[in-house]
Amino acid sequence: MSALETLNKDELFTPEIRAEIDREIAKYPEGQKQSAVMAALRIVQDDNGGWLTQERMDEVAAYLDMPPIAVYEVATFYSMYEHKPVGRNKLCICTNVSCMINGSDKIVEHLNNKLGIKWGEVTEDGRFSLKEVECLGACGGAPMMQVGRKYYENLTPETLDSILDELE
Amino acid sequence: MSEEKTITIEVDGQTLEAKPGALLIDVTDAAGIDIPRFCYHNKLSVAASCRMCLVEVEKVPKPIPACATQVTDGMKVQTRSPVALAAQKGTMEFLLINHPLDCPICDQGGECELQDVAMGYGSDVSRFVEGKRVVPQTDVGPLIATDMTRCIHCTRCVRFGDEIAGMRELGATGRGEHMTIGTYIAHSVDSELSGNVIDLCPVGALTSKPFRYRARAWELTRRDGVAPHDSVGSNIQIHVRRNRVMRVHPRENEAVNEVWISDRDRFSYEGLYSDDRLTRPLIKKNGAWAEASWEDALEAAARGLRSVAAADADQIGTLVSPTATLEELYLAQKITRGLGSANIDHRLRQSDFRSEGPAFPWLGQSIAELEKVDAALLIGSNVRKDQPLLAHRLRKASLKGAEVHFVNPLGLDLHFDANQVVSDLAGMVHNLAGIAKAAGGSKVLAGRVSVSDEHKAIAKKLKSAGSATILLGNLAQSHPDYSILYGLASSIAESTGAALGILPAAANTIGAALAGAVPKYGAGARPAEKTGLNARTMLESPRKGYLLLGLEPGLDCANPALAKQALAGAECVVALTAYRSPSLEETADVMLPIGAFAETSGTFVNAEGAWQGFGGAVAPLGEARPGWKVLRVLGNLMDLKGFDYLSSEEVRDELQQACAGARPENDLDNTTDGEIQASAGKLMRIGEVPIYAADALVRRAAALQETKDARDAAVARANATVAGKAGVGDGDTVAVVQGGQRAKLVLRVDARVPDGCVWVAAGVPGSESLGDQFGEISLEKV
Ligand code: SF4
Ligand code: FES
Ligand code: FES
Repeated sequence: MSALETLNKDELFTPEIRAEIDREIAKYPEGQKQSAVMAALRIVQDDNGGWLTQERMDEVAAYLDMPPIAVYEVATFYSMYEHKPVGRNKLCICTNVSCMINGSDKIVEHLNNKLGIKWGEVTEDGRFSLKEVECLGACGGAPMMQVGRKYYENLTPETLDSILDELE
Repeated sequence: MSEEKTITIEVDGQTLEAKPGALLIDVTDAAGIDIPRFCYHNKLSVAASCRMCLVEVEKVPKPIPACATQVTDGMKVQTRSPVALAAQKGTMEFLLINHPLDCPICDQGGECELQDVAMGYGSDVSRFVEGKRVVPQTDVGPLIATDMTRCIHCTRCVRFGDEIAGMRELGATGRGEHMTIGTYIAHSVDSELSGNVIDLCPVGALTSKPFRYRARAWELTRRDGVAPHDSVGSNIQIHVRRNRVMRVHPRENEAVNEVWISDRDRFSYEGLYSDDRLTRPLIKKNGAWAEASWEDALEAAARGLRSVAAADADQIGTLVSPTATLEELYLAQKITRGLGSANIDHRLRQSDFRSEGPAFPWLGQSIAELEKVDAALLIGSNVRKDQPLLAHRLRKASLKGAEVHFVNPLGLDLHFDANQVVSDLAGMVHNLAGIAKAAGGSKVLAGRVSVSDEHKAIAKKLKSAGSATILLGNLAQSHPDYSILYGLASSIAESTGAALGILPAAANTIGAALAGAVPKYGAGARPAEKTGLNARTMLESPRKGYLLLGLEPGLDCANPALAKQALAGAECVVALTAYRSPSLEETADVMLPIGAFAETSGTFVNAEGAWQGFGGAVAPLGEARPGWKVLRVLGNLMDLKGFDYLSSEEVRDELQQACAGARPENDLDNTTDGEIQASAGKLMRIGEVPIYAADALVRRAAALQETKDARDAAVARANATVAGKAGVGDGDTVAVVQGGQRAKLVLRVDARVPDGCVWVAAGVPGSESLGDQFGEISLEKV
């Protein structure tokens, strides 16, 4: 607790990030800052190369006047928060029923071979990392994956190759 | 209050009356109808997450949780119908799928809610054949052992931290199969109430670390007791095996400790078995300690004190610890007064005696009333650490909207919202005088006070609040201007209508006053025929003979250097003690081993003036004897009258008669208009007594000494300005010097310490040679 109090709120993050978080806080009633925790974690994660460190989570806790453990609870509950470094492009492959039936195994195998990484690993150049996810609600286009804010559907090893080529 | 309407419900065919809106589980509990539960606890919020309490309710299609269902008129409930039983059985099976079923090696075995409920409501075989979840071991500090694989995710511990301890340290991270309860990052659980999660945890996930693998629940005999540290007098149960205290649990008493106890009360029993327990009488011969028989030792003690008294009775001085029992204190004063002296005192840490203070001081209200105040002003108090369960009551008041203000010589880490007015020692007096003036004038310091807006706001709040209180804490009682602080506090109480209270420091501070262990009042707090010296003057003008009861002079006195010097120069020092304390070895002539906590019967009078008696839970260690018996024999050996008691109850009854008609009262016109002693402009020591240094027993409790609170006490603290002036920085080793005596400590730069002050704890190892707890000090680079 006291460790937190020594963090000065005006010195946390950058002014831009503070402004972004403040915009989220403003969406909720007065005195309900902690409602912005998910958004704040996302903003901070984006700023931190796609993953969260304990220091970052502690800063979010301090900024929103929450006990750090309450922030850890949220950050570990939702699978889109990362706690280990990820690649610049986080390939989220759905392996749930529809995608599995439509051959997600092949997609995964192809990626394993092509990139030389398994679930949760990052390529040496830091360009890609691989993440297994559950149904993303795009079963109509199975098999599919999500990278950043974009969905790629009806994947085959061939289309995958050209998608990867375009990702920096 | 108007008579509340009641409604009628039917449970298992039995008709029950209930308040509308009450929780079904509370109603059935009150009627003695058993509904199994894990997550529900009547002191915590309702989580309704374990689903163990499912019952069938007529017209409700599915079984519903009794802990989250409010009763309505005409409700018909079945707790043992086929539907209810099937639901309970199903829940039980799910709760056990990940549970390791390692009862044979689990400390909770035999007193486990999961075991009991599984026996009563579960099935005897599990259909679950898949792999079970395993949670890696975590370390959350010296007090609590964790085996999180056993956790059933009831979240009682999490809610406790949030709602009661006011420190959310535990949480549920991950989800589903991967959910675990823990601190997430490995750090220790530091709340001063943390041990309560051990009782709350329905399984063996959180157990007592010091007790781990020491005994089985069914081997223990449970004896009722009263906690021996702070003035709450928490009701406890002492668990004993083969004449040894194995652990301590709380005993429910809504008026005192509710269902909680502080970690200090729970884990201090370890101090009973420290290596330096005194188990045989000792006599010092030619400067060396030699074991002696009780006969010889008592004879030597009686002879020594008698010969001093025969020459001049006023040369006898008696210093008693406020943690001694009422019976011991009463007999110690009876001996002292019987010898013709009136020099007896228990106020070992007080240094300002310019006004005598009330004859029968107290909290000024009941403990339970504290949680109902609308405003409180605490003066010189670290209530959270000094009286943790009184702080818990204040916290409840604060959560309900009460305004709490502190006037203190250091900033506190609090678990509730409060306004802290922090200044040096002289500044405290000025701040209080400002509030007094704003509240309508004060007889004290009248002309020389400036009133700030903050003072005005505090005074206004105290006046306008429906119920307000002003409390003087441990730091105030040791303040060099306690009499002025007291006078100002009483003046504020008078002009605002707030209740004036004292937060007594020790388990029997109030008892000591009632027993007559003060120079101006005899038993029953009646004015004494002859008055004598107080704890300070007895040392400032040294006596020839001293009788010491239960204290460690180097650690329990306001000025240890002074105490040791006075004792060392005396002809005869007789110490009744449970420990071979180094400062007694240096200064005493006879050491008589007495029973410590749990080893004697007796009575403590708590902050609200309640007499709480207890029996001895175990026999005293070795040849030690209960203190009251030793004092009885000592009285007889010195041919004093009236020492023929057969039991400690007889002693108590005699005192109780003397107390007939005694009413607690914190007298309001006890004002002194003395000069402020605390020098402004000079560097002053803030000699706080840390939570785990309060008395001889807790100082020896091994696990408590490893906690963060104990570790944090072993340093000097000063703010950056003070440190800068002395040319030292954070982490440097410094020398703190008082009256030529130095102690080397590591310095922590700490913004909570005000200008002009250095925080150097009292009562801790290394502080024995220093001077006044709140006196001038200097800081040097080494
Ligand atoms: S550790 Fe115990 S109290 Fe805490 S959630 Fe698990 S079972 Fe409940
Ligand atoms: S199963 Fe893959 S998107 Fe639904
Ligand atoms: S006790 Fe009712 S759901 Fe847990």
